[in-house]
Amino acid sequence: MSNRAEPVRPAALLHIDWTACDGRALCTEILPDLLTRDEWGYPLALGYGSNVPVPARMLPAADDAVALCPRLALSLVRPD
Amino acid sequence: MPALAGRLTTGFVEFRTGRAQTARTVREDRVMTVDVLAPPVGTARMIAAGAPDHARHLATFGPVPRSVTGADLVNALQDSGLTGRGGAAFPSWRKIAAVSALPARDKARRRPVVVVGNAAEGEPLSAKDATLLRMAPHLVLDGLLVVAAAVHADRLFLYAPHSVLPSVASAVAERTDAGRIELRPSADRFVAGEASAVVSTLSGRRAVPRDTTERLTLSGLGGNPTLLHNVETLAQIALIVRFGAGWFRLLGTADEPGTRLVTVSAGLHTNQVATGVPGRVLEIAGGTRLRDILKFTGNDLSAFSAVLVGGYHGAWVPSTAFDLRLDRADLRGFGASPGAGVVLGLEAARCPLPVAAAIVTYLANESAGQCGPCVNGLPALADALRRLARGERTPGPTADLAAEAARLASVVSGRGACHHPDGTAGFVLSTLTVFSADVAAHLTGHCGKDHS
Repeated sequence: MSNRAEPVRPAALLHIDWTACDGRALCTEILPDLLTRDEWGYPLALGYGSNVPVPARMLPAADDAVALCPRLALSLVRPD
Repeated sequence: MPALAGRLTTGFVEFRTGRAQTARTVREDRVMTVDVLAPPVGTARMIAAGAPDHARHLATFGPVPRSVTGADLVNALQDSGLTGRGGAAFPSWRKIAAVSALPARDKARRRPVVVVGNAAEGEPLSAKDATLLRMAPHLVLDGLLVVAAAVHADRLFLYAPHSVLPSVASAVAERTDAGRIELRPSADRFVAGEASAVVSTLSGRRAVPRDTTERLTLSGLGGNPTLLHNVETLAQIALIVRFGAGWFRLLGTADEPGTRLVTVSAGLHTNQVATGVPGRVLEIAGGTRLRDILKFTGNDLSAFSAVLVGGYHGAWVPSTAFDLRLDRADLRGFGASPGAGVVLGLEAARCPLPVAAAIVTYLANESAGQCGPCVNGLPALADALRRLARGERTPGPTADLAAEAARLASVVSGRGACHHPDGTAGFVLSTLTVFSADVAAHLTGHCGKDHS
């Protein structure tokens, strides 16, 4: 899925529901180190598609992003 | 493989099996007592009956085992190495194992299990599923019933285009065990066969993919465990439960065991992309070389500069590599895979870029319109390719048009509810790579090929 080295043991995956997302971009402001915006405004973590690995230190911010997304397009998938 | 060529040149439509002499009348209620017939030899397996009616089906293949347990089916399919024939090549046993494990894991609140035979062939270049349903519907019904029995399914669907449902309905009416199968017309669009789109349609919603975080085998139709198999996969299952995994592997390569149906066509003009061109459907041994596939269909190898393998979400293989086999291992270097068995020859005199641009334009129009990167990115990709194909040399805001197309392809990859953007991006990158000489000719204004 990616040529990039996986972060050591991502604490969770941030799942983007593209059918819900309309590029309001709160998530890219809350998680600037994880997500940028593409030329149309949608969140982009190049190489990671719809499931972006979240390192442990970013988990609180990722939780905020999930809670604040006006389109409810984000979810955090934690490993079982 | 001369023997193979001999079988294949009989083709799909006019094939002869030489097995008519084994015909015998079998009554439905006595099928358990009838000897299992000898398995088909040669590559005419799914098409061995030669006629779609139930009597010929039974005379050719014998009765299907009535009660194959989930464990036995999983074992047989695992031994056979059968992979899904809808395009994704997922090992067929794994989905069945996932569903048949459910009741044991969660007996207290067992949910209804749904099994779907999927014949929504949205790919314009593919005709093999419709052909199979017309020529051998009973094998598909057998496979669907075997899988349904193995996972104790509560609902059974066959999802197929309007045009073939009458053939399927006739086949259902010919037997006493298929009445529970619900026939549903598939939507006529490229993404209609995507698994979550099939579930959406069966739920009465639009035939578009949906965001899935759980596998459909856990949560599909109505939130219930749902098992989708391509109809060719079901036909193969119907043969494997009769004749065994060892027989299945007598043909094909280790990487691509058994046979598979392919649709072979050539001469696609830019204005035919949405409909495809009439192709020939063949049953071939897995891992047959590309040059042999072209020869079997009566094509002159020197007429082609490349073949598109896997359809519009597939990849090009240049004529210098026609010795490669139609299997994953051989095709990996070109980013191709057998997919749903689509092979399109590109004539040597035809410039690939207008064709590729027309294909990407079509794919952009076929976006379900739900996901931002697909809605915006695919038209941008199509635009870059059309400009490149027209011979525009003026670079955009970034480097050249080819570099811009490659950049857009990487931006859209992986960013959708289904693989439509990924498949489109893969096709674009393959076009830019395999036809780098044509791209260079366009960027310098020196392409002398046919642009129709």
